[in-house]
Amino acid sequence: MLEDIRPVLRAIGVTIVPESAELDEPEWLALEGIVRGALEPRPRALQRQFILLVRAIDWLALLRYGRRFTALDPDRRHRFLERLQNAPLLLVRRGIWGLRTLLLMGYYGRPAGGRAIGYRADPRGWKARA
Amino acid sequence: MNTPAHYDVVIIGSGAGGGTVAQALVPLAQAGKRILVLERGPRFRDQEFTGRELEMAPLLYADSGGFLSADGTMTLAFARCYGGSTVVYTGTSLTAPERVIRRWAVPGLDHGDLVARSRRYLGENNVHLLPTDELNDNNRLFALGARKAAYAVEQFPVNVKGCLGSSLCNLGCPNQAKQGTNRVQLPAAERGGVEVVTRAEVLRIDPDRSLAVRVAPAADRAIGLPSEWAPGEYRVEARVVVCAAGTLGTNPLLLRSPLPLPASAGRGFTCHPALILVAVHSQPITNDVGHPKSYFVDRGAEEGFVLETCMYFPFTTAKALAGFGPPHSEVMRAYPRQQQILVLSADRADPENRITVDQNGGPVVHYRFTPDVVARLVRGNKAAARIFFAAGATHVHAPFADPPLIEARDAGLVDALIDARHWKPGKQSITSAHLMGGCAMGGSAAHSVTDAWGRVHGLPWLRVADASLFPDALEINPYVTIMALADRVAEGVRRDVPQLLG
Repeated sequence: MLEDIRPVLRAIGVTIVPESAELDEPEWLALEGIVRGALEPRPRALQRQFILLVRAIDWLALLRYGRRFTALDPDRRHRFLERLQNAPLLLVRRGIWGLRTLLLMGYYGRPAGGRAIGYRADPRGWKARA
Repeated sequence: MNTPAHYDVVIIGSGAGGGTVAQALVPLAQAGKRILVLERGPRFRDQEFTGRELEMAPLLYADSGGFLSADGTMTLAFARCYGGSTVVYTGTSLTAPERVIRRWAVPGLDHGDLVARSRRYLGENNVHLLPTDELNDNNRLFALGARKAAYAVEQFPVNVKGCLGSSLCNLGCPNQAKQGTNRVQLPAAERGGVEVVTRAEVLRIDPDRSLAVRVAPAADRAIGLPSEWAPGEYRVEARVVVCAAGTLGTNPLLLRSPLPLPASAGRGFTCHPALILVAVHSQPITNDVGHPKSYFVDRGAEEGFVLETCMYFPFTTAKALAGFGPPHSEVMRAYPRQQQILVLSADRADPENRITVDQNGGPVVHYRFTPDVVARLVRGNKAAARIFFAAGATHVHAPFADPPLIEARDAGLVDALIDARHWKPGKQSITSAHLMGGCAMGGSAAHSVTDAWGRVHGLPWLRVADASLFPDALEINPYVTIMALADRVAEGVRRDVPQLLG
């Protein structure tokens, strides 16, 4: 499902979480696995909308900047997604919120993502800090 | 379809409402009546609570905790497992405010009665104040900041026993310290002769008091125990049915059942819409260890919001922050220095905020953010920012500011920077875990669904015993009030036994 949109999805991913630019291929696959796992139980229509949104972001950038999203520099990518996030249409804002949420889940939901920011919660609680 | 099973009382749901009713009907079970609890979710083994965010959320919560309102502008969290949402709350235990019960104006519902029943459960579930030396910096800084900013701060009583301070309450306590119905009322009910069947979804309640039930199989190597019944479709015949499946379980079940319900069924949904504010301090603080929710500031009566300490897991925190890219990452990288506050808006019942069902009978939540609700959230944002800065934070991330990051040198500008003009539905992450209403208690079928004892108007054999009963928002964490109301419902069932059960 995600293979067809991988380059755009990763370009958006790096814009949402800049640290994801440092991920190696197995880590990207783990991130994508989380996104796929979150989408799979959802209705097929929603999955199609997700793919459509990612493709639309790539091509809509062409209208604004004369280049597809994947060909933009990081600043323009950021500005473009910010415009969409503030779009007058609720449908567009919702779409960006959902896409952003999935990519944040993919990055910070990995155990390595938690470790990278210093998350240390442990079932042993205070004893683990002793 | 399996052979029909016959029970005197069937309780649907096993959370704060269902678990309480189950235990309170033990005297009937001991008198030979057959009492059954049907729980849609599984029963987990103690060792299965790992505390890992992406592992536990799909197991415990509907849609992994991200169930969306109809227009996609709010996520709703509710659990499906043995013990219901009492497995995933933080155990904060408050009794209903008198002003709220007075505003509800339900004929026959007295605040003093609710308080007396609540006290019993506060004792039964080991509710107490944690010693202050067990509280973490995230909580202590809230209390310090609130006092400096001249807010009246109170400590939450919590229902824990042997808490190790894992901070993982919302993912199910890995140490079984939290005294939810899964630890207290349900085991007592089962010991007393009440039967509990898990992985059992009630599809429909028919007017002849029979229930269509589907028992789901446990997948290979599934987490959680298999159901007590063999997988398959069942018809369960009952003489009394108690719906306690939570607001997003009870309402859709009743609405998809061919029952002559009062016209207001499903209407008047409230949910304390909430958002998370994050502040950053210059030094690391203890935040992801220790009980996560120890203090609160209740401004419900004066300003329509409540502030609570909180500490969420990496993905939930990332989702709660507004925006993305380098500013978002900067706050996330400061996780060990983060302080968090949950802002809850005390919303008001609105007939247009309601629950309906989709073509499959699943819940659809229609919720409109009124200007009043947004104003309450904005006031709560401002108060939280003042508390953070008074506690010494260097930055505050406020979703109702644009850009959201406010530096300490601008602390005096909080009132100007945090403003309703920055509210854009679908942009900020608004969440809710206090789902209420749809089967409001009241005096007649014209304006309510049940009476003050949870009896559905016109259907004396059908009772409701969960937060669906609330005719308006409670303005505090609801589980103790749900238990108190469920206790009343059980008393009503016991009282009506001669007429209902013969």
